[in-house]
Amino acid sequence: MDMLDIFSHGFIQRALITGFFIAVLCSTLGVFLVLRNLSLIGDGLAHVTFGGVALGLFFQTYPIYVALPVVLLSSLGILKLKEKAGIFGDTAIGIISSLGIAIGILIASIAGGLNIDLFSYLFGNILAINKGEMATSIIMSIALMAVIYILYQELVYISFDEESAMASGIKVDRINTLLCLMTALTVVLAMKAVGILLVTALLILPSVSAIQIAKSFRMTLVLSNVLGILSVIMGIIISFFINLPTGATIVLINFIFFVFALFYKNIIRSAGR
Amino acid sequence: MSIEIVSTKELCFRYNSTEVLSGVSFSIKKGDYLAIVGPNGSGKTTLIKIILGFLEPTAGGVYLFGCAPSKFGNWEKIGYLPQKLASLNPHFPATVREVVALGLLSRKGFPKRIGLYDQEAIDYALSLMDIAHIKDEFIGELSGGQQQRVLIAKALVGDPELLILDEPTTALDPEGRDRFFSTLQKLNSEKKLTIIIITHDIGTIGRYASRLLYLDKRVVFYGGFDDFCISKEMTDYFGEFSQHIICHRHDHGHA
Repeated sequence: MDMLDIFSHGFIQRALITGFFIAVLCSTLGVFLVLRNLSLIGDGLAHVTFGGVALGLFFQTYPIYVALPVVLLSSLGILKLKEKAGIFGDTAIGIISSLGIAIGILIASIAGGLNIDLFSYLFGNILAINKGEMATSIIMSIALMAVIYILYQELVYISFDEESAMASGIKVDRINTLLCLMTALTVVLAMKAVGILLVTALLILPSVSAIQIAKSFRMTLVLSNVLGILSVIMGIIISFFINLPTGATIVLINFIFFVFALFYKNIIRSAGR
Repeated sequence: MSIEIVSTKELCFRYNSTEVLSGVSFSIKKGDYLAIVGPNGSGKTTLIKIILGFLEPTAGGVYLFGCAPSKFGNWEKIGYLPQKLASLNPHFPATVREVVALGLLSRKGFPKRIGLYDQEAIDYALSLMDIAHIKDEFIGELSGGQQQRVLIAKALVGDPELLILDEPTTALDPEGRDRFFSTLQKLNSEKKLTIIIITHDIGTIGRYASRLLYLDKRVVFYGGFDDFCISKEMTDYFGEFSQHIICHRHDHGHA
């Protein structure tokens, strides 16, 4: 098969377009989550998504219609546990995510075991995305990126130092709530691409790799976007040609980028000093 | 009549069952240079957090430019340096210039943007703290003293009317500390910048501050620094060290 023939397939086109938008969104949002030590919130919310999807499948509705409100409410639950109950952020994430997984397993058990649909959400399949899902991903990604663009300076300041940001009149609580809700939406959107189990990788790895290399905040965002997009495109193409699971291939490529970034930081840049 | 910048009335704060502040009353006017001193756990940082509206007092009143902090909206009037250089993320991917620019956000409307027209203010703050030569350096790769100067420049860049500094000189070497205090004094005398500074270094601050609030959960002393030098509280708290403080102040021309 000619290399370029791959782009003539409709499912590959849809996967590349959807993957591009999801990669930009995840790699941008990820920078703020990583810098705020909130990397695990994506993981926690992904686990909750499992419960939501299982609930949706159990009631025989489109799983995302159930998973979305469940994940949004859970993100607020994590914030409230942290703020009102005085529980550490990672502990609050652990509590809510365990609950999500437990509910998912209970429902799957009641329904007679994990069926093929639930597996497809656990591991994702970007090649199976239909036109409606692609359109939803594009619209939602653009909308969320617009929010990040408008609140860019506030997000940077809060990531740097919450207290100083508060003394600048920035409503830190509101931005934190918004950031959690945006993460919840992003997790649900990215779930179809890389699966519930691997969605955190798309949020964290491009950002962490970029942070190792970049010398300014703007450069970090640009690099994170480039690495995120590259990993998705390469993952789709490579997995297609050598018949590998796409989500896992995307994550592995991201990990290779991370190793290169670490090598650059610790060996090349250090030697240059 | 001078404008009252900050005032508190019978301010109390409890954390669970622990009393942190009790009956704290004081006020400062435009151009005052107030040093807040006291032992660890005496409530200094808590007082600042209440003034800025981060914490709600258990009882009593606090006014910032005549407003309750919860209703205060003119944040561009305030420059603030919190007490946590140690918690600065060394991997935060920003240049010195990008960090200093954050201090301008309080002056910006919605959506907040830093533009080319802001460069003059940023350059001025950088030169004020003598860090113009490292403006494109990565904040995480600087020494503790340099990082501290960057954060002070961030607090000053918006040309505030009130500057609140919580232990700003902990990471500075003696030369950097003297230069920093001289810069503050210049801003205080020339621009009538009101300053509140929390410090343990009562010997050094005695050379510069005009007023002193000695806090130990309650107000032990509040008044002019010169009055403190001849007060009973001074000898009660500092014993033999009190002569050292007086000498420092007189050496600097306060008599």
